[in-house]
Amino acid sequence: MSEAHVDDLVSDVLDGQHRALARAITKIENREPGYRDLVSALHTHTGGAEVVGVTGSPGAGKSTLVDKLAKRYRDRGLTVGVVAVDPSSPYSGGAVLGDRIRMASNVGDMDVFFRSMSARGQLGGLSTATADAITALDAFGKDRIVVETVGAGQNEVDVVRTADTVVVLVQPGSGDDVQMLKAGILEIGDVFVVNKADMDGAATTVTDLREMIHMRDGSPTGGAGHHGLGSMSNDDADATDGDDDTDTGDWEPAVVETVATEGDGVEDLIDVLDDHYTYLRETGELGRRERTRYAEEIRQLLRSDAADLLEDEIERHGGMDALVDAVQAREADPYSVADRILDPLADCVERRRE
Amino acid sequence: MSTGQEQRTIRCLVAKVGLDGHDRGAHVIARAFRDAGFEVIYSGLHRAPEEIVQAAVQEDVDVLGISILSGAHNTLVPKVIEGLKEYGAFENTLVLVGGIIPDEDRAELKAAGVAEVFGPGTSMQETIDFVRENVKR
Repeated sequence: MSEAHVDDLVSDVLDGQHRALARAITKIENREPGYRDLVSALHTHTGGAEVVGVTGSPGAGKSTLVDKLAKRYRDRGLTVGVVAVDPSSPYSGGAVLGDRIRMASNVGDMDVFFRSMSARGQLGGLSTATADAITALDAFGKDRIVVETVGAGQNEVDVVRTADTVVVLVQPGSGDDVQMLKAGILEIGDVFVVNKADMDGAATTVTDLREMIHMRDGSPTGGAGHHGLGSMSNDDADATDGDDDTDTGDWEPAVVETVATEGDGVEDLIDVLDDHYTYLRETGELGRRERTRYAEEIRQLLRSDAADLLEDEIERHGGMDALVDAVQAREADPYSVADRILDPLADCVERRRE
Repeated sequence: MSTGQEQRTIRCLVAKVGLDGHDRGAHVIARAFRDAGFEVIYSGLHRAPEEIVQAAVQEDVDVLGISILSGAHNTLVPKVIEGLKEYGAFENTLVLVGGIIPDEDRAELKAAGVAEVFGPGTSMQETIDFVRENVKR
């Protein structure tokens, strides 16, 4: 893609053309030539959107909840972008992206921009592509962006981390699921939603979650003097907004109950999300999180760019097969092979250094 | 796989439009496309033409496969195509129709902008090959 094309696309995206936005995301997703310039140009125009990540096990109701969330945002006059990430087949690379089926509340409303993305087997690259898609939606001028993904595996956790606020969806009766949350997802959740709250076992799941949230704070007795269980209600977040100075600005994850199919509790969820964003802004955590994100993104880019560079060098040294042959025949070892390939690069960097 | 390499995948929207609950064919096609390495977005049942347009534009699909067994194709398909044109998405989208389409209606659909009509008995491979050969970018 030539520079002029990128410029045109960027101005069309900024101009609010849906088709241009869709094309921009495709370029980003495909890693088409020129996509880096595209993302660079769009980056200047970002920073206006609040990004919410939604994750949870399959069938927990993520898509339905995101649909209702988008609807309520629209009712408040906000524009919405949604990125739904689904896994792809490790065999064919193909995927059926089904999250769109649930987007029934926003029919014909172009101000809800819904985009399905597949993992495409990218190792670590998925979060980069998602982050770049968010950049496009942000630059386009979306007020709220929701990223939705199945919460299984590091890839997905990385994806949700591109969000300002992370929502973890749990369904009732998933006692063991809640136990499993300890392993990874619990740490990243800012808000926990017990969806299908009209089902049996919802109350137990809520209690389990609250208990576990306290455990993660290292206060298994349920609040060691700062927040009791009672303060875990939906409006609890107000207390942590900054006027409570026994709290050193730590956000205690809220637990919200919803019935996404009916839209029940979605208002409460939005209030909690707003509270969390206010907390992020007022404590400076928003900026800190952004910095962490950008640092990680820069590292990720450097790693993959360096890897590309090295791929070329590996080819120049006769290709990976030949190198492996030598190692297998005990003529060389992995370390010396790596050194041989890397040394010229290191020398070069050394010389070019200011 | 690194983030630096171009990674192109054919994206398809498999759409059920109008008052028509027969989705076995759409499911079979969706799976076959997936197994061919395409990314398939399935619309779900009973979609209005404008929903299909919204989905096709936002998802920036290369292929729009509309499945109709209700007989309303002469009304619904042109509406979808008009919508695509409105957003400037028509010229980059390969529009296919599958289902029960009488022979005498095929010419009209093609004149409206449908690239091909696939009826009962079409092999999966035939459809997949057609997509691979005719995708518009």
